[in-house]
Amino acid sequence: MSTLIEGLSIGSVYALIALGYTMVYGIAKMLNFAHGDIIMVGAYAVLTTMSLCGFPLVAILVAVVVCTLLGIAIEKVAYKPLRGASPLAVLITAIGVSYLLQGIAQLVYGSASRPVTIIDMGNVQIGNSAVRVSSIVTLVVGAILMVILTLFIKMTKTGRAMIAVSEDRGAAELMGINVNGIISITFAIGSALAAAASVCYLFQIPSATPTLGSMPGIKAFTAAVIGGIGSIPGAVIGGVLLGVIENVCKSTPLAPFTTSIEFGLLIVILLVKPTGILGKKRREKV
Amino acid sequence: MALLEVKDLQVFYGVIQAIKGISFEVNQGEIVTLIGANGAGKTTTMQSIMGLIKPRGGSVVYDGKDITGMPTHKIVGMGMTQVPEGRRVFSELTVYENLLMGAYTEKDRSRIKEDIEEIYTIFPRLGERKSQVAGTLSGGEQQMLAMGRAIMSHPKLLMLDEPSMGLSPALVDQVFEIIKHFHKTGTTILLVEQNANKSLAISDRAYVLENGRITVTGTGSELMASEEIRKAYLGG
Ligand SMILES: Nc1ncnc2c1ncn2[C@@H]1O[C@H](COP(=O)(O)OP(=O)(O)OP(=O)(O)O)[C@@H](O)[C@H]1O
Ligand SMILES: [Mg+2]
Repeated sequence: MSTLIEGLSIGSVYALIALGYTMVYGIAKMLNFAHGDIIMVGAYAVLTTMSLCGFPLVAILVAVVVCTLLGIAIEKVAYKPLRGASPLAVLITAIGVSYLLQGIAQLVYGSASRPVTIIDMGNVQIGNSAVRVSSIVTLVVGAILMVILTLFIKMTKTGRAMIAVSEDRGAAELMGINVNGIISITFAIGSALAAAASVCYLFQIPSATPTLGSMPGIKAFTAAVIGGIGSIPGAVIGGVLLGVIENVCKSTPLAPFTTSIEFGLLIVILLVKPTGILGKKRREKV
Repeated sequence: MALLEVKDLQVFYGVIQAIKGISFEVNQGEIVTLIGANGAGKTTTMQSIMGLIKPRGGSVVYDGKDITGMPTHKIVGMGMTQVPEGRRVFSELTVYENLLMGAYTEKDRSRIKEDIEEIYTIFPRLGERKSQVAGTLSGGEQQMLAMGRAIMSHPKLLMLDEPSMGLSPALVDQVFEIIKHFHKTGTTILLVEQNANKSLAISDRAYVLENGRITVTGTGSELMASEEIRKAYLGG
């Protein structure tokens, strides 16, 4: 029971991060490799606010605001000038942004791991196993955010414009949609979700390092690809699947091979269905 | 005064020049056709006017304003839009949502509602299928949707890129009826067609595009009467 809840909980963290990868890929057609580092920035934002004022809610809010603004700024400064450039140039820029963020964090906070305690929620007894309350909170928050995101995309004008842009940018422009504006909004939403993921991640592992974002970033990217990159439900399924598999593996003698098994799963799924579980074939235009 | 004036337009793909300095105009209230064979540069011309491709030289003046190099969404906001080649409806969105996207620049919700009802009257098939995702519509229905979606923004100038492509003769007739209807209700039309018979018949004026250059121009009936044009574009 606790293995399952822990798995679902880390899975929803992966899903929240994967949503950022998948939305940006779907709409801006690029892999934002700096996305994982937004989580790291969120963690340091929490650390700093907690040491300044000590209110968890304020810290969480600050993290969300900082990450959202950072996401928008990165897109404006680093990616927007490369619109229409080769995908390789964009990819290299994204990797550069990733190292830049890690470098700045190291400069400001040092490379040593620093403890970040937001709030200790203790354990709760479910059946005959103890489950961390923070895991349940993570699971619930993750689910709520994903439902809100889905409703936003299905029900609002901006959400529909996001679908339109991801399907056919030129046709979307012909509707009068400001595609650059939609891309900015996408980065903002993705980064806000990353901030939420960051807070949930700190619940699980309460410490911050400059490279904190790398592993969950790569795992979430894997989740996005497994689910079908560009697909929002795919990111959720991929994230949850990966989280559960990870936690189940960790409680068996296979524990040392957990990461290998996760990436193995990626390879198997890509061999069976190259577009991922819910991925669509790109329609060729005539 | 011309509603749309294209002057010495030059467009390149890499080092290849697709449009080699063309000039033409569309006056308020006209139907103008651009005819030309495959690869003549018709789509390129349309996309350059809408700002989807940045021209290297020349200018596009719409309603007295120079719109060369302006972002597409601003041009749409000024009252000009296009039914693109190959329909390009949003396949994951429903018929209704596609029409809503067409009204993206319109703020007045009650007006959008009325407009959608009107589209359903013009195209009853779309009304019957309003909750169906557009990707599952037939080619003809998709063309109707693309036209309905474009008219949702109440353009002063509507461009259509080969709207009859791939349709059965009965549907082609219907498409031209709709174009005439849009025109009667006050929309100026710039039409691109490869199959020139029907488009010349409804056009005030026409231009022939060959290899990125305009080679012939005249009224619709003049071009229909021309021996050369008959041979090249009207099937003898
Ligand atoms: N994206 C592109 N990259 C390179 N060359 C292109 C591109 N698009 C069009 N061309 C070339 O530009 C020329 C004009 O193409 P365009 O699509 O404008 O022709 P068209 O008149 O619309 O033809 P059709 O009737 O087949 O639609 C062609 O020679 C085409 O090969
Ligand atoms: Mg064409």
